[in-house]
Amino acid sequence: MDAVLGLVLLFPLLGALTNGLLGHRRGWSKKTTAAVALLGSGLAMVAAWVAIGHWLIHFGRHHAWYVKLFSWIPTLWGQTTSGQLAPFTVDFALRLDGLSAVMVFFVTLVGFLIHVYSVGYMDGEGARGYARYFAYLNLFMFAMLTLVLGANLVVMFVGWEGVGLCSYLLIGYYFTEGWCASAGKKAFIVNRVGDFGFLLGIFLAYKVFGTVDFAEIGRLVEGNPSGYEGYLNAVGLLLFVGAVGKSAQLPLYVWLPDAMAGPTPVSALIHAATMVTAGVYMVARANVVYRYAPEAMVVVAVVGGLTAVFAASIGLAQNDLKKVLAYSTVSQLGYMFLAAGAGAFGAAMFHVFTHAFFKACLFLGAGSVIHALGGEQDVRRMGGLRGKLPTTYWTFVVATLALAGIPVFSGFFSKDEILGRVFAAGVGDLHGYGRVYLGLWVLGVVGAFLTAFYMFRAVHMVFSGQYRGEAERLHHVHEAPATMAWPLRILGVGSVVVGFVGMGKAVTFGADVNWFEHFLHDTAPVVATAHLSLGLEWVLILLSVGVAGLGIFLATRFYTGPHAFQTPQHLTQRFPRLYALLANKYYVDEVYEKTIVKPLERTSYFSWKGLDTVAIDGTLNALAFFTEIAGDFLRFLQTGNVRNYVLWILAGAAAFVVLLAV
Amino acid sequence: MELVSFPLSTMIFLPGLAGLVLLLLPSRWIALHRWVSFLVSLATLALALTVLSRFDPNVGDFQLTESAPWLPSLGISYRVEVDGLSLLLVLLTALLQPVVFLSSWGSIQDKVKGYLVSMLVLETGVLGAFLATDLFLFYVFWELMLIPMYFIIGVWGGERRVYAAVKFVLFTLAGSLLMLVAILYMAFQYKAQTGTYSFAYADWLAVQLPMAEGFWGSPQMLAFAAFALAFAIKVPVWPLHTWLPDAHTEAPTGGSIILAGILLKLGTYGLLRFNRALFPEAWERSRSFFMILAVVAIIYGALVSWAQKDMKRLVAFSSVSHMGFIILGMFAGGVVATQGALLQMVNHGLSTGALFLLVGVLYDRRHTRMIEDYGGLAAVMPLYTGTFLLATLASVGLPGLNGFVGEFLILLGTYQSQPVAAAIGATGVILGAVYMLSLVQRVFWNPLSHEENLNLPDISWRELTSFAPLAVLMVWIGVYPTTFLSLSEKAVQKLLGG
Repeated sequence: MDAVLGLVLLFPLLGALTNGLLGHRRGWSKKTTAAVALLGSGLAMVAAWVAIGHWLIHFGRHHAWYVKLFSWIPTLWGQTTSGQLAPFTVDFALRLDGLSAVMVFFVTLVGFLIHVYSVGYMDGEGARGYARYFAYLNLFMFAMLTLVLGANLVVMFVGWEGVGLCSYLLIGYYFTEGWCASAGKKAFIVNRVGDFGFLLGIFLAYKVFGTVDFAEIGRLVEGNPSGYEGYLNAVGLLLFVGAVGKSAQLPLYVWLPDAMAGPTPVSALIHAATMVTAGVYMVARANVVYRYAPEAMVVVAVVGGLTAVFAASIGLAQNDLKKVLAYSTVSQLGYMFLAAGAGAFGAAMFHVFTHAFFKACLFLGAGSVIHALGGEQDVRRMGGLRGKLPTTYWTFVVATLALAGIPVFSGFFSKDEILGRVFAAGVGDLHGYGRVYLGLWVLGVVGAFLTAFYMFRAVHMVFSGQYRGEAERLHHVHEAPATMAWPLRILGVGSVVVGFVGMGKAVTFGADVNWFEHFLHDTAPVVATAHLSLGLEWVLILLSVGVAGLGIFLATRFYTGPHAFQTPQHLTQRFPRLYALLANKYYVDEVYEKTIVKPLERTSYFSWKGLDTVAIDGTLNALAFFTEIAGDFLRFLQTGNVRNYVLWILAGAAAFVVLLAV
Repeated sequence: MELVSFPLSTMIFLPGLAGLVLLLLPSRWIALHRWVSFLVSLATLALALTVLSRFDPNVGDFQLTESAPWLPSLGISYRVEVDGLSLLLVLLTALLQPVVFLSSWGSIQDKVKGYLVSMLVLETGVLGAFLATDLFLFYVFWELMLIPMYFIIGVWGGERRVYAAVKFVLFTLAGSLLMLVAILYMAFQYKAQTGTYSFAYADWLAVQLPMAEGFWGSPQMLAFAAFALAFAIKVPVWPLHTWLPDAHTEAPTGGSIILAGILLKLGTYGLLRFNRALFPEAWERSRSFFMILAVVAIIYGALVSWAQKDMKRLVAFSSVSHMGFIILGMFAGGVVATQGALLQMVNHGLSTGALFLLVGVLYDRRHTRMIEDYGGLAAVMPLYTGTFLLATLASVGLPGLNGFVGEFLILLGTYQSQPVAAAIGATGVILGAVYMLSLVQRVFWNPLSHEENLNLPDISWRELTSFAPLAVLMVWIGVYPTTFLSLSEKAVQKLLGG
């Protein structure tokens, strides 16, 4: 049965290779492309679910199913911190356990749905572009599943860079547009900055533990936590640098908003539901390191909490529908890190899980709107689309309610779990950083308010009131075709129901039905902190629901009805600087351009023209030049005239005599 | 009964002798010259594979020794043999040569015979230098390479070919003459210690050269420096690199492939084979010095590469950066880093060779290497774009392709003893993406702005065939490096342990 786990990777890889190598041929129709791609992702889903079933039956959720496909890097001998020789080996090995099972489950499901959606969405492309698109998309599935299933840090890194490559290619899918190509490049390079940290984390992990295998590292740390003190913080922080890049956290989040240049299904799959959550997954995967590394954990939480509010505040003032969703993604990823940093790895993963459904649904809904309006993305030129796009409307609203954290919708359960855990970490004074966690909890609540507000602002600007765009576009507005509508419906339903698998005890008045947490108990546990009373939990719940409700109320007041847009306009006039700051995303891109990109460009140019051409090569050329001059001069002495030579000999002899005499 | 009794010597001399035979035939039989050269290079490759099949990877020592006395009174003999260190590079050489002939089929139209003969003689020189274990013989092969390369750059090169060729020769000669002095010094030392002359590598391993406390002045340090200078110029180690961008840029496509793919490796090979083994104390003492230069080269090469406007020059400067990784791994020491460095020599030959090959494909069509003359090519040359992208990804070290395994092992191994150097070096991984992806964007993405490019034909079957073996190996080494790492492991262990 071991082969089944390999098939999960093999099917999408084969799909990618088939469309990638044959797609440029003339006879290769779009139908063939679509069939190959759907088979690649669909069979991967089937294989994944069979594998999960097999694992549950034969291993049970307390044990991992470890499959070594082949020995990738053979045994070499290296040195560890203790000065001993340790073998360095990397097996291309996969690991299915509770943590990876959750990921594999929704990655293949959402992935397949988005493949289906893309069949309709990308229909306007030429056959070649179509094949290229689906080859990349299948390749992404392969890389993402490698990342998730990798049994050691290095195999995870293979998938990690692989998804980065696919992201680069798909963001730049419309490569003739310079800004799309630039956005792709930016994504890859910023991610590489993160990968730099990840790599150093791997090096240090090997140096400290003598292995890069997750299970081995876990055993070593659990066996002797104090023995690795100090190193664990360093390993945790280095790995987290990688996570900050991939999951678009402060200060490396800048690539994700630009990544919206890619086709919308790509934004849904890669830049919302799956790839960007890889950083959270990695932290959860390495939770054994973080659990014994208090400082690293606090850093994770602080970065997450700050990013959550920071990105949400930018989301308030964005007018590009996809950008609103992008900043919302950055913000939600912040919540996930906030949870992980508070020791609630299970809660972080739960939010990864629910977020995958409602955020994919939102992006696909946005795609449906953009598709219907012939490419329009500016919410200021939308409005009143509720009646024209009924399916898109109800799925979008459902997913928005989930994102806002309104009860019974999935996001409510996961976000509430996170805020509760962070509060408990604060009250319980986790690792002595209780005040920090309490502060972060406040940020989390503020973020919840902002989220509800900016999302309902978007909903109203797109669907309520009067249409404000060009009349021409409204003419062609049409509801999504079946291939696009069904993924929307399924994800819309998912946005409601998936939350029920992880209901916290407070919500159920003490009944223990938090299956999700139990499922992950062995692989992504929750660090015990203070126990909150049922009453206090309910106060917290009511508070977070209350601020969300307030956000929705204000957004509805501001953006609907006869006086729509008056208050926001009034506010922007009242606080022009604040508005400009938000609308221009705190000028972070501009600051990076000035302080990093431009100086680096100047250094590069100077290294070439100043150092290389003038200083180094110039010196050598000068040396050659003087040799030539000296040669030219000495040539006059070589006249070929014997009398001249005799003269020189005489002069030399005379000089010698004089020298002797003196 | 084996088919070839002296596989090493046959392999070394077959191309050179074939070249001499071609020299006697009329120049106008161009097709014959092309075919014979190509087939000879294939036969050489077959011989290299024969050597591989007879090679025992479980032995760290030299194997398949072929020797004969040459000038016995001076202790000079003809001696060629192979170990894991040289085998990989011999295979790389034998593989790249047919690729070069295939790629120059269309681009070299002038004085074809001379070009092919130069290439064939060059191959003999290179193979001989990798396999010779008599230092006198090594020096003969080492200098033999210089002459054909001089012609290849100076005759078939670009606009500033003469400047580039002279610069190349002067740099190389400056280093190798000092090396000759050191070689003679070693022979005299051997005589002083044992009573007879010898130029044999194996004998010299036993020579103990005095090593004083001071950095300079001690015989071992001076001999080390003389060898190291010759090799460092070849690598090239920063700041001795300025011959490289000129030579690589002006050389014809085939010349650039051989230069970058193989000749540079003679420098790193020489350092490992001779400097490390013959002068262990001096090596130990100069480690940090070379590691600093290596780290500087990694960053400096990448930065200068980024600023280039000429595609070939960009790739050339990227070599400075990549070779920096190899130097870093070698001087960091340890099996992991050294194996990584050795594998990276092969990787750099493949990916940079492929990049030069592909730049040549474009040059043949448009006769310009300027990046600004392109843009949006992906729309008209989709297959070509795919090949270039593959080579780029190999070059920036994407996991799953060859470059990653080499860089990863180098940095991992370096980190174990020199974490700071490894961390600084690892920034090269970021910068590599910066300059290569900028190149890709400016050439292949963006709007198709130049009318001349609207009807460029996509990569041809011949060109694709010449690229294919490189592509296969990029993936092979990336996915299953064991095949290659296991060939050199014992030799590296012996080198480091002994």
